[in-house]
Amino acid sequence: MQAVRDFLNSFLLIELLKGLRLTGRHLFSHKYTIEYPDERAPQSPRFRGLHALRRYPNGEERCIACKLCEAVCPALAITIESEQREDGTRRTTRYDIDLFKCIYCGFCEESCPVDSIVETRIYEYHMEERGENIIHKDQLLALGDQYEQQLAADRAADAPYR
Amino acid sequence: MIELIIFYVFAAVLLFSATMVITARNPVHAALFLVLTFFNSAALWLMAEAEFLGIALVLVYVGAVMVLFLFVVMMLDINVAPLREGFARYLPLGILVGVVMVAEMALVVGAEQLDVGLTLTGGGAADTGESNTRLIGSVLYTVYVYPFEIASLVLLVAIIAAIMLTLRRRPGTKHQDISQQVRVRKADRLRMVDLPSERRE
Amino acid sequence: MGVLIDLAWTIGKILVLVIPLFIAVAYMTYAERKVIGWIQLRRGPNRVGYYGLLQPFADAAKLLMKEIVLPANANRFLFVIAPMMSIMPALAAWAVIPVSGGWVIAEINAGLLYVLAMASLGVYGIIVAGWASNSKYALLGALRAGAQVVSYEIAMGFALVGVLMAAGSLNLGDIVRAQEGPIWNWFWLPLLPIFLVYWISGVAETNRLPFDVAEGESEIVAGFHVEYSGMAFAVFFLAEYANMILISGLATIMFMGGWYSPFHGIPVIGADGLHWFLIKTAFFLFCYIWFRGTFPRFRYDQIMRLGWKVLIPVTVVWLVVESGMILATVPPWFD
Repeated sequence: MQAVRDFLNSFLLIELLKGLRLTGRHLFSHKYTIEYPDERAPQSPRFRGLHALRRYPNGEERCIACKLCEAVCPALAITIESEQREDGTRRTTRYDIDLFKCIYCGFCEESCPVDSIVETRIYEYHMEERGENIIHKDQLLALGDQYEQQLAADRAADAPYR
Repeated sequence: MIELIIFYVFAAVLLFSATMVITARNPVHAALFLVLTFFNSAALWLMAEAEFLGIALVLVYVGAVMVLFLFVVMMLDINVAPLREGFARYLPLGILVGVVMVAEMALVVGAEQLDVGLTLTGGGAADTGESNTRLIGSVLYTVYVYPFEIASLVLLVAIIAAIMLTLRRRPGTKHQDISQQVRVRKADRLRMVDLPSERRE
Repeated sequence: MGVLIDLAWTIGKILVLVIPLFIAVAYMTYAERKVIGWIQLRRGPNRVGYYGLLQPFADAAKLLMKEIVLPANANRFLFVIAPMMSIMPALAAWAVIPVSGGWVIAEINAGLLYVLAMASLGVYGIIVAGWASNSKYALLGALRAGAQVVSYEIAMGFALVGVLMAAGSLNLGDIVRAQEGPIWNWFWLPLLPIFLVYWISGVAETNRLPFDVAEGESEIVAGFHVEYSGMAFAVFFLAEYANMILISGLATIMFMGGWYSPFHGIPVIGADGLHWFLIKTAFFLFCYIWFRGTFPRFRYDQIMRLGWKVLIPVTVVWLVVESGMILATVPPWFD
């Protein structure tokens, strides 16, 4: 009996018609496409994009060259060199991130004791020349200065969960 | 006038491609020239208002037989040099066959005193106003019904014989029975096991 | 002088048919991407022109400007001629298709046979392209296409025999005229199994999904046209879509009453004409895309099994049933 039913199911194309009905329904249902340059997907305050180095409100850079980020980085993308400044504080002389190595895991941000290295919401960037994939300290600081307002707001929004 | 020009064009291409079939070195080229030959003879038949025969030639020979031919020829990796070795040895036999065929052609054509050749207009169909296909059908199934049925039987026997010759029942092949695959139920493949969960000591 | 006028008239008729056909092919590619997008909950092309309507022309311009790469050790002459061999029969078959009452380039008596012959010629382009490319993927694609087309041609030929018996003519115009009347007078109803067999083998004959093992992107890259680029590739594309439109048009003519309106006898929408032919053909073309969006690709041995062990026996059995119906003069089709 079951064999007869199976035979009729496939011979009378019933299974195929079922499939056609399903795709036919999808034809008219709501489309989920976000038309990217015109529309954008919502972002979380925890979004992990391009890196930046932040400063204190008085203009002093936060980074104290503790090298925790360098140590925690799983992709070995961060290179730091440090020296003592005239006022006796320890500061970085070099802070490079290789964007080709970076996997945007956010460990550097989490390990930072002074909230200096952060990841911004920027995800549209490109390089045109060889070597541009390594961004240096001055570029990172400039990014931090440019987006400070949003970075501070994002950190404040995420603060209750830390 | 124009019909005559078209006829000679087709005839010239036909003769050229027929020559190329036997002179082309590459077997795939030879097979494709044979296709061109069939095509041109079909065109000539169409001009003689034998449209059924012409189209049947394209359909059967060009559409099916030559595709299978090409199929086989394409799979062969033929080295041309050894093929030419036996040329001198087979030449007498070839000439003999050629002479016999020419003699037969002469007998067939000569019997009608060459008066059936080149009747470009005015075939049987045009005279009666009946469709060519219908005429062939009625002749085939009345006058020639026995030869026709016998021919079809011979072909059927040939098909069965070919299948029987190549049929090998090989044990151990991973042949899939599709209806069996379709018939499978969840219960045939899946066994639900009730495992007692571990308890904390 | 009169000969020249005749010639010009014929060429004019051919142009009137072929130019809309090419535009239809262009928009068929657009429709395919749109409909498949919708089925997959996407939107399809919508950047070039309003709703992406200029997309086909952008694609054509891109393909025209690309270089045609000739592979090393390819057979030059056959490689170049193969795309032409594949588009030629696809266009030539349109000579006998009546798009409306009496609107046909050549009204010949063996029209049905002619169309079948042309449909079987299309495989040469594929086989020659596969062999001339000197590539194993292309050769495999060509072999698959050859075997598939030859097998399904038999089922298709049998299906056409059913139509020929019902209409009593090989002339496509007469076949349509034999179906005059409303929708239940058409041949799809008495010949339903044969209609389905024709449609399935038509899809297989054009190497479209779910029977596209000749291309099989995931198995043999792109099959017979891996080595083709630029305009040569575009011509293959054109031939494939022209063939699809041809098979759909034939289905309309043989089973769906050609240019007759399904609402026979009702004013305005009951009027017969070209528009009904176009609507029905468009429906079949939509089915092509719908199938592509629904069914997974058949395995090669499953295709062969379906063709030889299912479709051909079904057709033969129904031919016998149909002969019985004709002898019993069952109205309204066989009276």
